[in-house]
Amino acid sequence: MAHWLGRKSILSDNIVIIDYKMGNLKSVEKAFAKVGADVIISNDSQIIKNASKIVLPGVGAFKDGMKYLKELGLIDVLHKEVLQNKKPFLGICLGMQLIAKKSYENGKTEGLGWIDGIVVKFDSSNLKVPHVGWNNVTYKKENVLFKDIPNSSDFYFVHSYHFTSLEDAVTSSTDYGDDFVSSLQKENIFAVQFHPEKSQKVGLKFLENFVSFERKI
Amino acid sequence: MLKHRVIPCVLLKDWQLVKSIGFESYRTIGHPTSTARIYNARDVDELIVLDIDASLNDEEINTEIITDIADECFMPLTIGGGITTIDDIYKVLNAGADKISINSIALEDLEFIKKASSLFGSQCIVCSIDVKKVDNNYKVFSKKKGILDINPLMLAKQYQEHGAGEILLTSVDYEGLTKGYDIELMQLFKDELKIPVILNGGMGEPLDAVKAIQNGADAVAAAYIFHFSQFTPDDIKKILNNHKLAVRL
Repeated sequence: MAHWLGRKSILSDNIVIIDYKMGNLKSVEKAFAKVGADVIISNDSQIIKNASKIVLPGVGAFKDGMKYLKELGLIDVLHKEVLQNKKPFLGICLGMQLIAKKSYENGKTEGLGWIDGIVVKFDSSNLKVPHVGWNNVTYKKENVLFKDIPNSSDFYFVHSYHFTSLEDAVTSSTDYGDDFVSSLQKENIFAVQFHPEKSQKVGLKFLENFVSFERKI
Repeated sequence: MLKHRVIPCVLLKDWQLVKSIGFESYRTIGHPTSTARIYNARDVDELIVLDIDASLNDEEINTEIITDIADECFMPLTIGGGITTIDDIYKVLNAGADKISINSIALEDLEFIKKASSLFGSQCIVCSIDVKKVDNNYKVFSKKKGILDINPLMLAKQYQEHGAGEILLTSVDYEGLTKGYDIELMQLFKDELKIPVILNGGMGEPLDAVKAIQNGADAVAAAYIFHFSQFTPDDIKKILNNHKLAVRL
């Protein structure tokens, strides 16, 4: 049983990190704990309903990610909590890509479809793929999660595919061969291609901003 | 712009930090978790931790120490040494590593790389290749079997085809001597691979890193220089930056 279930959620924010078998969730949990968040890893629908914020991390293939979300029966609860109840949501790496309408990784796969866009592979004819390492995040729009982080700071990336947005939701871009989308925001939905949990001080600051973000109702 | 990484490499033996010279003599130099904490405080790009004897002694992977190290790291952490099964990879990643480095098992079984990368993604499979020069030819060196009649670049290409995400290339001849990297070896690899190459073994001063990167290294790793000299990873990056090589400052 989650340790914060007994508490009144009004008193403190609690963040659930969705466990859907895609990659290392511990480092995300650890980073949130470091910035003082009340955080738990879970795939229990009830816990997700009780959480005040939702984080979908993940490393790996898009198809597997959607498959596990379905198998674990998480699609409906995520739709409800994020789209209807407007809980602040943060998608990280694969978690960002999964909110797209579809992906072309190993054939076509439908995503959660929260932001109109597609996920495509980097062109490896002139680039080393995966894109691994530290790269600049250049702001396109004001975004509360970048508060007190200088524009063009380096964040850590590890990915072979990237999000192409068909909506005006892009908050930053990063140059790798060409500019690609490194973060998105649409209302309560935030998503980043980089790994804040692995991006040292600027990454921890970013997560802290998500923890202290209060949605306006 | 994607940055060139400067990666401290720490060697473990019996879960103590050690320093090797040409893979042979080892000195204990401290406790791994405190070292991880210092590197995290120094805001390093990444950290590589290798248990040097694990594969020789068939030691069980010590996940406790990996967890302790990972707890101190808010940067990418690569763990290597003694990984021989898929289950080992699960354990190491669950303990908090972001990538694993394999050497002996990759040499023995290319299919293992394929299996590991399809399960965990190429991005977390680093294949380590140790190289020695014999009669003016570069050969792959195995801790278990000694010098093998295998061309390191051909091996790296095979690793890449089978799903390796990065190559950690170490010159055994140069390792621990602090006389600079084996630039000739790096030149052999330049522009030959689609995946990043981390050059390791021999950095003694910042200009060695400049030469390595100018000759095609995507990232440089080093142990001795950070433990025994006044240079920090930041000092190296400042010099790289002065030479117009992209780094994260």
